[in-house]
Amino acid sequence: MYAQMVKSEGMKSREDMTPEEIAFQERIDRGEKIEPKEWMPEGYRKTLIRQIGQHAHSEIVGQLPEGNWITRAPTLERKAILLAKVQDEAGHGLYLYSAAETLGVSRDELLDALHAGKMKYSSIFNYPTLNWADIGAVGWLVDGAAIMNQVPLQRTSYGPYSRAMIRICKEESFHQRQGYDIMMKMAAGTPEQKEMAQDALNRFWYPALMMFGPSDKDSVHSAQSMAWKIKINTNDELRQKFVDQTVPQAHYLGLTVPDEGLAWNEEKGGWDFSEPDWSEFFAVIAGNGPCNTERLEARVTAWEDGAWFRDGLMAHAKKADARRAAARMAAE
Amino acid sequence: MGSAVNQAAFFEWLCRIGDNCLILGHRVSEWCGHSPVLEEDIALANQALDLIGQTQFWLGLAAEVEGKGRTADQLAYLRDAAAFRNVLLVERPNGDFGNTLMRQFLFDAWHIELLRALEKSSDARVAEIAAKAVKEVAYHLERSADLVIRLGDGTEESRARMQKALDTLYPYTGELFMADASDEAVVAAGIAPAPASLKAAWDATVSQVLAEATLTHPGDTYQHKGGRKGVHSEHLGYILAEMQFLQRAYPGATW
Repeated sequence: MYAQMVKSEGMKSREDMTPEEIAFQERIDRGEKIEPKEWMPEGYRKTLIRQIGQHAHSEIVGQLPEGNWITRAPTLERKAILLAKVQDEAGHGLYLYSAAETLGVSRDELLDALHAGKMKYSSIFNYPTLNWADIGAVGWLVDGAAIMNQVPLQRTSYGPYSRAMIRICKEESFHQRQGYDIMMKMAAGTPEQKEMAQDALNRFWYPALMMFGPSDKDSVHSAQSMAWKIKINTNDELRQKFVDQTVPQAHYLGLTVPDEGLAWNEEKGGWDFSEPDWSEFFAVIAGNGPCNTERLEARVTAWEDGAWFRDGLMAHAKKADARRAAARMAAE
Repeated sequence: MGSAVNQAAFFEWLCRIGDNCLILGHRVSEWCGHSPVLEEDIALANQALDLIGQTQFWLGLAAEVEGKGRTADQLAYLRDAAAFRNVLLVERPNGDFGNTLMRQFLFDAWHIELLRALEKSSDARVAEIAAKAVKEVAYHLERSADLVIRLGDGTEESRARMQKALDTLYPYTGELFMADASDEAVVAAGIAPAPASLKAAWDATVSQVLAEATLTHPGDTYQHKGGRKGVHSEHLGYILAEMQFLQRAYPGATW
């Protein structure tokens, strides 16, 4: 998921809506998909650009913590799998930037906003990958949390976003399985490998819970996004679902979830768990996570160092066009 | 079939091909998340993936031919630099994106000729691997040649960078065509083409692409060598220190 705290436009009551806005809301309520050329409220367009843009940025920044271990992957097979996975993430970025473009914003504009710190990416990618089990934990927990949010988004009201999510979800579930597969190997391995696995779970558990965003009672932007079906479930619903799915998986691995408050609640048929430290979440969002500076710097450097490459290709395209035009003139 | 050939020479030759793929794949994968545009991140990850996949086949066959019970992973992760047989070209540092592309192009233009010849290898296992890899490498060459042309004939800056990359890397291409007793043994057994026999086609591709790219061919320059015999540049040691870290730090663990 990779959209947190996406600012939505203010919720309008039915009486305040224009006839166009009422007709639009009715289409959404009937479950119709909204397509690029169709009329949409400006707030819907802006909120979607923020959400899809943040999601796209998360995919490309997300290459960095995983890319951190490609050159150190412990076997050829693991290296190949990790390369394929990171390639998928870049591909997800591509679909999502394309989906955002249908709303009238270019990829370059979105990247400029990312580089200027005006747009965010998911807080999770500001945490470091410190041992090989972290690559397992990223697949298992981070992709697991992402899937939790993205599966319902396959039904989102905006057609291109919905279709991108359908493709992305197929690949993400493969990613999650490969992550869990690494965790199984580590948890069943040598004492040092088990220690790495537990250490990875200790460090990634709460940041993974934070991926769903603050508690519903503190989440100011949810109502309008839910009415527009840009957001399908509340943050707390998804977090609970994630915990209920993940705790038995951790137990199966023989690992300890780093939460003393974790307890099965028979009545609700789910796990009670401790809230993450939200002050840490807000610090990370504000730019003070362990890797914020390096992540953004890596992206800005890649972009700036690559300017000559992009300019060279553009210049060549212009020359080639001019040569074709000249050849056409000569032929006429 | 391969049984007529000296197995030590065959093993040596397979390590040369496999190590080229492994070390170049490693270098290419260093770009992950850092390339100039998203499409290039995807293309480079894909190319690194192809090369690592080919490594698994070549080193897997090398291990089988050696017959000492080693695996492709053991060859990749537990040999030291002196036992690696890749050419110096593929261990050259990435440099800027132009340098990376030029290294790729010079290598691809050779790699495709090698694989086309290996499709006709007397050893069925070699022919089978080559038939699979040649499809991937045809695409690598199409892409690297296209980008060399577009950047050579792009802006002043892009041309200058590509020319500098060419001048820096060209002296590392001669090693691709050198031969020793191991090569002669696999050539005699019909397993592989003579390295020198690939030179004319490589020259033709390189000259044509450089001309279209408006780049100046470096001509006859000094040619470095050593990698194929295990005498490497200082760079390989660092590649291996990084690549082999987990296998070396936790011997015997399975991953």
